[in-house]
Amino acid sequence: MSTTILLLTLIFPLVGTLINGFWGKHLSKKVSGTIATLAIAASFVTSCLFFAYIQDGEPVKVVLFEWMKFNYFSIDFGFYFDQLAALWLMFITGIGTLIHLYSTSYMSHDENFSKFFTYLNFFVFFMLILVTGSNLAMMFIGWEGVGLCSYLLIGFWYKNQDYNNAAKKAFIMNRIGDLGFLVGIFVTGYLFHTLDFIELKEQSFLAPTLGIATMAFFIAATGKSAQLPLYTWLPDAMAGPTPVSALIHAATMVTAGIFMITRLNFLFDLTPDVQHIIAIIGAVTSLVAATIALVQNDIKKVLAYSTVSQLGLMFLALGLGAYEVAVFHVITHAFFKACLFLGSGSVIHAVGGEQDMRHMGGLKKHMKITYATFFISTLAISGFPPLSGFFSKDEILLTAFHHNTVLWVVASLASILTAFYMFRLLFLTFSNKFRGTEEQEHHLHESPSAMTMPLIILAVLAAVGGLISIPGSSWLNEFLKPVIKNSATLHHHELGTTEYLLMGLAVVGALIGLMVAYFKYIKNKQVPVNDNNVSGLQKLFANKYYLDEIYMLIIVNPLNFFGSFFKKQIDGLINGVVLSFGRVPSELSYQGKKAQNGNIGLYLFAFVIGVCGLLYYLFMCY
Amino acid sequence: MENVLQQIGIDQYIYLAILLFCIGAFGILYRRNAIVMFMSIEIMLNAANLLLVAFSTYHEDANGQVFVFFTMAVAAAEVAIGLAILVAIYRNIGSIDIDKLKKLKG
Amino acid sequence: MIEILFYILSAVTLGSAFLTILSKNPIHSAIWLVICFFSIAGHYALLNSQFLAMVHIIVYSGAIMILMLFTIMLMNLNISDEIAKPIVTKIIATVCFCLIGFFLVSSLAQTAPALETYTQTGVDFQTIQVLGKVLLNEFVLPFEMAAILLLMAMIGAVLISKKEKKTA
Repeated sequence: MSTTILLLTLIFPLVGTLINGFWGKHLSKKVSGTIATLAIAASFVTSCLFFAYIQDGEPVKVVLFEWMKFNYFSIDFGFYFDQLAALWLMFITGIGTLIHLYSTSYMSHDENFSKFFTYLNFFVFFMLILVTGSNLAMMFIGWEGVGLCSYLLIGFWYKNQDYNNAAKKAFIMNRIGDLGFLVGIFVTGYLFHTLDFIELKEQSFLAPTLGIATMAFFIAATGKSAQLPLYTWLPDAMAGPTPVSALIHAATMVTAGIFMITRLNFLFDLTPDVQHIIAIIGAVTSLVAATIALVQNDIKKVLAYSTVSQLGLMFLALGLGAYEVAVFHVITHAFFKACLFLGSGSVIHAVGGEQDMRHMGGLKKHMKITYATFFISTLAISGFPPLSGFFSKDEILLTAFHHNTVLWVVASLASILTAFYMFRLLFLTFSNKFRGTEEQEHHLHESPSAMTMPLIILAVLAAVGGLISIPGSSWLNEFLKPVIKNSATLHHHELGTTEYLLMGLAVVGALIGLMVAYFKYIKNKQVPVNDNNVSGLQKLFANKYYLDEIYMLIIVNPLNFFGSFFKKQIDGLINGVVLSFGRVPSELSYQGKKAQNGNIGLYLFAFVIGVCGLLYYLFMCY
Repeated sequence: MENVLQQIGIDQYIYLAILLFCIGAFGILYRRNAIVMFMSIEIMLNAANLLLVAFSTYHEDANGQVFVFFTMAVAAAEVAIGLAILVAIYRNIGSIDIDKLKKLKG
Repeated sequence: MIEILFYILSAVTLGSAFLTILSKNPIHSAIWLVICFFSIAGHYALLNSQFLAMVHIIVYSGAIMILMLFTIMLMNLNISDEIAKPIVTKIIATVCFCLIGFFLVSSLAQTAPALETYTQTGVDFQTIQVLGKVLLNEFVLPFEMAAILLLMAMIGAVLISKKEKKTA
């Protein structure tokens, strides 16, 4: 496989960024959007070529130059294209292309059209670096880069201060995780004298402090992939344009943490304690996020919490050592969640920017394609067979059941809740009568084909995506074998009664969720009440377990207090000391200046005194 | 011809030069008339000249006298410029009282 | 004989220098200064440097003093309208005078042993002929520089004391 083609995969988005970044203002929207989309599409083509090659080829390592050199090890500026990277390349560029195409229509009225595509291309570029970096430092470049682009895109409509705050929140929350990543890099480099993935895989051994490294990496993953306790930025990140939410905050960037842990699976396998923590955090996150999603009224917020919840399930799988299962769910989730987000974008587009589901409803008649794709994706995420979500989620549940029943119960509960809130979303949005204003009702229309086409493709993928890993004969597991050192899931390939029973249970659970939602929102035509009027458990959910408030209370406020304290007291003190270094000579010189009063007599007097002193010193001082 | 230094000694000349110099310095402090101050400066200069000539004779070296010669040239130039400045000042403020000339101070 | 002459000359020098400073009328000061310069020329003659004695009389007593007298008269300062300095200044001036005199004399007294007794070798070093040769061989460059300096001083004096045009 020619390395040029591989590098082209990375270079196309960068070229798109540069073109749009430097000349975007002079290009028409059509040209600008086309260039950006073509850049990603070209990347997708080369990714496909590579994907075809890797089926039975060797991974390719490309080292461009030596980046840093220390006493006993060096870091290369290199890329590593293997099976894992191939999967991510495929769906980043694939879904990326669709979302770019979608954005050309969705953002067509925005004045900063070219800027949007600059950022979007830039994001893809960094995401590709993240997944293809040949060592931890390279991955860190991508890690930081996607964080930056995420920040830029969340705050894309920068004229709204709330959006800016959301962007800042995302950025700062991610910084906490990034610190973990850095600590992980340092500890790993210290222990193994290398950051290269291939060398790490061969050389890693259980060192006493390895747990610190893997824990730090996991903290990094909780930041980027929105897990407890750092997930709160993701729902706020919905301030960004909907395609951004679809691309960055559902399909690609938030899976970076899962990618990273899968990449380093050999390290995590050495530290089972950390794995337990990952599993528990994943399960708890999935349940917490699912409960919050139950009572959200903003269509995008529901999807955001759903993303957090699904990511939690993936982390559960990671924690149980079932890396390929997590990867499988990443892929299927990317399909149906991207489809859901784009569908919600289509809905928001139709109702003129309205995001509150209480003001929607009855859109089925007006938006047939959107409804159909949305419906398929909802079925997929809820885990109805034979759609993709069923297979991936079921494998996670199976794995959980084999390891720990409590985790299985938690995860199953989360997936039943998923079914409920997704159908709640579906029914509130598309069924019954339209609850918005008259004006909005006239405006209702199906989105243009540039928006519906990606929806259809994604819906198809969401439907059939599960085929890549059917229980019993999993293509994905075989494909990922070289990447994952020792897999936990290989031994439950034979499907017994228990497994079928569990599948049945999961489907029944999903059906229960569906039925509850059906009775509540279609039969009884309920509409959620205002957030202020809810009570009890619902109120707890609606307020997101008061997590933001708790953070505000125990972290932000004390920090602010200390900040203002230091600013007022200590800063004043230090300022005073430092400034006095300037003030004293200045004052002295001001006083000294007075001696220069132009009185020659005084000068001469001083001169005489000086000469006398000198003479005394020279001739009489001994 | 008998030499003066053999009879009175170099130290007498040094004392004389010191006193002359001190008188010049005293004059500058004592008077406020710029021209008299100029004269005081000339006296100080001459004290130095006198010492140079005395030591020139003492060391039997012509260089000292050459320096006196140059000092005279410089003094002449200095007086010429200084008086020109005084004339200009007098024209401007109508006085050469040194205590009134404080406009140059910072 | 020479000794007596030296003391007389010294007395004249110091006395006239004092009177230069103390006389209230600038013209009197100038005249006392001329006398002072003459006596210094006498000292030069005593030291056997005839050339310098002559040059001194020509330059100082002649050129410089004429210049000063001319300026004083030009400014019409012959009347003693000078306001006396405050008494504090006078005291300080006297103190300074005593102080620097004391320190110079005492430092000389400290270093007096360094002065050897003088011996005359009889080498000719200060006749006009010798000085001229030294001046135009060894010191020809400073000599020319002095010429340029005097020229500049002349130009500068003319330029500074020239009446400014009203329009400027």
